[in-house]
Amino acid sequence: MDARKSLSLVVNSYEPAPESMPVPVPVPVLTPVPAESTVRLRGFSRSFGANRIIEDLDLDIAPGEFVALLGRSGSGKTTLLRTLAGLDDVEGQDVRVPKSRAVVFQDARLLPWKRVWRNVALGLRGDDARARAEAALVEVGLAHRLDAWPLTLSGGEAQRTALARALVRAPELLLLDEPFAALDALTRIKMHQLVMALWRKHRPAVLMVTHDVDEAIALADRVLVLDAGVIIAEERIAALRGERTASVRPLRSRLLGHLGVDAPEGTYADAIANTKPGEA
Amino acid sequence: MSLVEHHTLFRRILRSRWASPVLLLALWELGSRSGLIPTRTLAAPSAVVETLLAMIVSGELPANLLISFGRAAFGLAIGVTVGVVLGLVAGLSRAGEVAVDPLMQIKRTIPVVALSPLFIVWFGIGETPKIALIAFATLFPVYLNLFNGIRGVDPRLLDAARSFGLNQRELIWHVILPGALPSLLVGLRYSLSIAVILLVIAEQINASAGLGYLINNARDFMRTDVIVVCLMVYAVIGLGADYAVRLIERRALAWRPNLVEA
Repeated sequence: MDARKSLSLVVNSYEPAPESMPVPVPVPVLTPVPAESTVRLRGFSRSFGANRIIEDLDLDIAPGEFVALLGRSGSGKTTLLRTLAGLDDVEGQDVRVPKSRAVVFQDARLLPWKRVWRNVALGLRGDDARARAEAALVEVGLAHRLDAWPLTLSGGEAQRTALARALVRAPELLLLDEPFAALDALTRIKMHQLVMALWRKHRPAVLMVTHDVDEAIALADRVLVLDAGVIIAEERIAALRGERTASVRPLRSRLLGHLGVDAPEGTYADAIANTKPGEA
Repeated sequence: MSLVEHHTLFRRILRSRWASPVLLLALWELGSRSGLIPTRTLAAPSAVVETLLAMIVSGELPANLLISFGRAAFGLAIGVTVGVVLGLVAGLSRAGEVAVDPLMQIKRTIPVVALSPLFIVWFGIGETPKIALIAFATLFPVYLNLFNGIRGVDPRLLDAARSFGLNQRELIWHVILPGALPSLLVGLRYSLSIAVILLVIAEQINASAGLGYLINNARDFMRTDVIVVCLMVYAVIGLGADYAVRLIERRALAWRPNLVEA
């Protein structure tokens, strides 16, 4: 059974890829017996005081799966990501995340007092730490910035460094916390391409938190929408990357609807055209 | 030289930051030569320079300067060490903060100079009370700035480092201490200037050598030229200390963008 077929079997999928299509890029190879998921949360809840941030949430992420998590500010995205990153205590909860995981934050969070390669090598054990760090930096296209100070990097370079720092750990789970939100539009395109290339090569399971519906549709296998701590929508994108233009129109409008934005079907160029003052 | 060139030269002199100090020196010299400023009030700049050279040649100044410098350095070393240790203890643990910080705040309310009678009772009038005074006074700026520096480390950087599996010891070494270093150096700079002030005060306590001794002696003989020489030396020590910290900063904080671009 080929991978595309297995993807098209799940609920909520649409536009199954034609059977005769050649496979241009590798897609997630799911073993016939469903592999144990990389991330597994059951009935996960979190509250700060009387404030319930996340309510009875179930989440599975398969090995090598790219999941995008959409949600408005305050929907609980960051809390969920912190949990998966192991930054919050999860005692007494049914939470399983792999030990090998890495985070890329929106603000690259490089240590300004360590040169770029030392930031990438941070926490690596073994004598070959420097060689591994440099190889990772070469992979993200920063061979010429190995010895630079982080505060001299451009926004895109800083995020490339943060990506290298995550990938050098060969994580089973890669967490991306709005990693491209602070970049300019052109740099963002390049970073999207880089992330795709790296994901195809290394195949970590990915959870990407984002506000950007188009980004989610372009990169992810599956899109989740979180609202007030509850997953209110799940869309699996069966169309191959590179062939998603047709399916974007309705999906975009649906996802925006879940996020409380009433947009007609279509791409961004048309979606905002007919809004009257007071409606926005 | 044409009139125009003359004019621009004059303008440049007026704009130079050296103009007013040099003018003051010239007036001072003029006042001394004309008898307007008697030598017992203030020696002429030329006489001060002469005395300075004579004191250097005779070895009187270098010998006493070395003694004063030793006192300041020794006291500073003790003060900074204790300040760093207490700052680390209070900064890195809540229990340490609870134990140390109240004592330091109490200490802060007591002017160190007021402690000198007590120190003389305890340690006599030898080197010990002088060094103790300097150590006691220089401890606090280092402590306070290091403590605040540690607590001010960006929690987002700590989160990131923790997410990459750093343990507590590695967090302190790779994130907290480098993050607190700029504050520590600010504290060190304060401590250096305080050390010089306390050196002057401490050397008024019955010193038998050192710059303070030279000044006290000169006062008794109304040698205003020697007093001015010693004041100049104090100023040079202060400048030197500041320069030393700048040098440390340039090396230790090389990652800061203003220094990176310079």
